[in-house]
Amino acid sequence: MQTGNQDTPFNKEFNKRLKRRYNAERRFKRLGLLAIFIALGFLAFLLSTVISNGYSAFRQTFIQLDIFFEKSYFPNEDLARADYQTIIKSTLREQFPEVTSRQDKQLLYSLVSNGAAFKLMNMVVKNPKLINTRQLVWVPANDDIDMLMKDKIDMSQPESDRRIKDKVFSWVETLASNGRITMKFNTTFFTSGDSREPELAGILGAAKGSFYTLLITLLLSFPIGVAAAIYLEEFAPDNRASAFIEVNINNLAAVPSIIFGLLGLAIFINFWGIPRSTPLVGGLVLTLMTLPTIIIASRASLKSVPPSIREAALGIGASKIQTVFHHVLPLAMPGMLTGTIIGMAQALGETAPLLMIGMVAFIVDIPGSITDPSAVLPVQIYLWADSPERAFTEKTSAAILVLLAFLVVMNAAAVLLRKKFEIKW
Amino acid sequence: MLYDYLLPLLLVLTAAAFMVGRKRALRMAADYGGIRQLHSLPNHYGSMMALACLLPALLLYGIWLSVETSVLDSRIIHELPPTLLSQDAGAQALIINDIKNTVSGNVTVNQDASIEAAAARYQAIQQKSRSAMCIGLLLLAPLSSFIAFRAIKPAFRARNVVEGIIRAALLLCSAVAILTTVGILLSVIFESIRFFKMIPLQDFLFGLSWSPQMAIRADQAGSSGAFGAVPIFAGTFLIAAIAMLVAIPIGLLSAIYLSEFASRGFRTVVKPLLEILAGIPTVVYGFFAALTVAPLIRESGGFFGLSVASESALAAGLVMGIMIIPFVSSLSDDVIHAVPQALRDGSYGLGATKFETVRLVIFPAALPGIVGGVLLAVSRAIGETMIVVMAAGLAANLTANPLKAVTTVTVQIVTLLVGDQEFDSPKTLAAFALGLILFIFTLILNVIALRVVRKYREQYE
Repeated sequence: MQTGNQDTPFNKEFNKRLKRRYNAERRFKRLGLLAIFIALGFLAFLLSTVISNGYSAFRQTFIQLDIFFEKSYFPNEDLARADYQTIIKSTLREQFPEVTSRQDKQLLYSLVSNGAAFKLMNMVVKNPKLINTRQLVWVPANDDIDMLMKDKIDMSQPESDRRIKDKVFSWVETLASNGRITMKFNTTFFTSGDSREPELAGILGAAKGSFYTLLITLLLSFPIGVAAAIYLEEFAPDNRASAFIEVNINNLAAVPSIIFGLLGLAIFINFWGIPRSTPLVGGLVLTLMTLPTIIIASRASLKSVPPSIREAALGIGASKIQTVFHHVLPLAMPGMLTGTIIGMAQALGETAPLLMIGMVAFIVDIPGSITDPSAVLPVQIYLWADSPERAFTEKTSAAILVLLAFLVVMNAAAVLLRKKFEIKW
Repeated sequence: MLYDYLLPLLLVLTAAAFMVGRKRALRMAADYGGIRQLHSLPNHYGSMMALACLLPALLLYGIWLSVETSVLDSRIIHELPPTLLSQDAGAQALIINDIKNTVSGNVTVNQDASIEAAAARYQAIQQKSRSAMCIGLLLLAPLSSFIAFRAIKPAFRARNVVEGIIRAALLLCSAVAILTTVGILLSVIFESIRFFKMIPLQDFLFGLSWSPQMAIRADQAGSSGAFGAVPIFAGTFLIAAIAMLVAIPIGLLSAIYLSEFASRGFRTVVKPLLEILAGIPTVVYGFFAALTVAPLIRESGGFFGLSVASESALAAGLVMGIMIIPFVSSLSDDVIHAVPQALRDGSYGLGATKFETVRLVIFPAALPGIVGGVLLAVSRAIGETMIVVMAAGLAANLTANPLKAVTTVTVQIVTLLVGDQEFDSPKTLAAFALGLILFIFTLILNVIALRVVRKYREQYE
């Protein structure tokens, strides 16, 4: 047969067609690559937005005040009840003697945060000897000043449109030139609960709420999920009832999460009378949600244990239960734990059902037990995302970063566990 | 007093029962000529006795816990002085609530002396019933253990008993799935029936206007309380359709590329990266949609002279589509992998290029599975909540314009139920009716999808 270097009409047609076919393949490959890069591009865009918005929240602006704790401010025994706000106000007036009008004074007082008074109170209560001494104290600045220091306020706009007036700007410049304003690591963000003031808001309350909620979820869903998986995989007779359970589990895995919230509201709260907004009821709802994930993963893990193990155990006289609990379960455990961690990671990021059971309340106190009202991390993100203050955008992104860090750690643990204990039969 | 230590005490009793049972089995065996004469392991006898101690007690405790409140309430109502008795059930419930608050120490400001007396009485009855329960429980546990103790003999099949109980416990755990489904149905159906008594079903399903704010006064303007859900359904489908327009092509193409064209190294790097998209919490997508994507779309729309709502369906749908990409791609990846290699080899043997093999052989073979996966993705898009709560609108507009604001079923459920709820107003109950529709719809989608996927897998196994 002749090879195709002659330009007979047949070969010409053939080569043309071949070229077209390869071109089509190349186009399709490019399309596939494009799809992947679009998806990854979205991911990169999302992460870079969150990081660029959020990293600045880990630093906070502080103003140094030269405070004289005059004796006259402490008329009664109870040092905690003295008027610390007045001390701060008079200190500010001292530092800026040129401010006289009432309106300007109000502006001046707004330089420092409301939390400054608490800081002074804690100092004095801890160490009463401070009274009648002069101290240099770093107090948190107001959130607008914080935004200004982080270059997040556009000073080129007309004065009436911005949150920082020209006078305030000049005071901040004065403070800056005296070295009395600085940025420090934001410990408040990690050590306090929610607040209406962005500069005082932190995620500890939400993080603890998440911890208690996940604890309940883990304690309930892991044993129940593993037990259900063992029954379905090892004991269930091949009949309609077992098929029905199986259909139910597969379907529950795909039920919208908000429906579980409705169940929690109607049954756990209205019918059983479990208090709203608590980690207890949140954990119960999330248990029902994560159970299908854990059951499906555990069943896959049990299925991967070869039958020869079971046959060997049964052959030397172990009962079915002994076979499962002494031999099959330990071999399947790593896979089950991996599935559980992934289920927990899902539960940690879940928001919608918790809105239904009242975990959206504004809660300042840090929860101390599973029956204290509390928020959880994703709900805190939702609440802050809804707040109008500019500074909360930054806090929201920072809280997202913390949440993502937890998720990365959990998923990494799952991957490591799988890598380390995976047995290839 | 005793009540606080009840559970630890019970656990101690259980542990003791285990030891005693084990000891007795060993001693019995010694009489008959050694441990080999026992039917089961000594631990089985111990466990049997421990279970005999624990289970009846727990059962009693559970029953008591579930009836305590209602029995106490009815007794206290019987004993209330006539000044506190009220014909109205709601007012009566309030009084009971006041009494309970007083009992738990949350004293309200204006406290009626008769309420305080009732609270004291309540506390006394509660104390009495609790002590009675404690005593009953502490008698029952040793009694049932003793019956088990008497049963221990070398020929007694303790292992069978214990394993039977374990089996029953395992069955019970797997029945939780059924209980959950039943719970979901009950919780939405009852409230929905109440809702449909107030608002006829056909008005709800086919009405064209939705404004759930009920008038508090008769003469109040603008609060008509219309419950026509068509605009909500339309909005839900609009956003889900946008999401699927984004997710299906990108997810499917990337799955095909990764499984048929990509090198091993590329695949191992890119696949986990794509799966990160699935692991990001939805609230993060919501934040991204509301604060980054929506303003971006509005500005670029303004650039082309289009007026875009700040809560446009496009922004929410687009971000939801991104979220669903890994879902579509991993499901399609599974089904493409399930296509037997022999089909590919046959196609290559006939001289087809890779693309032709994908287009003419693999894709048609995998199509049923892909359709199943897409149906699951649609069900997820319809049930997704946080993205639309944060980025979509609240007003129920009946429009097909993706640049306008629309609302969805999940958004309405959240807005109706967050905050104060009255379970006798159609506004609150409407959320449950919407939940019922959402549940039924996603259930049908899921069942069809799961069946299609399973059929498809069986075909090649």
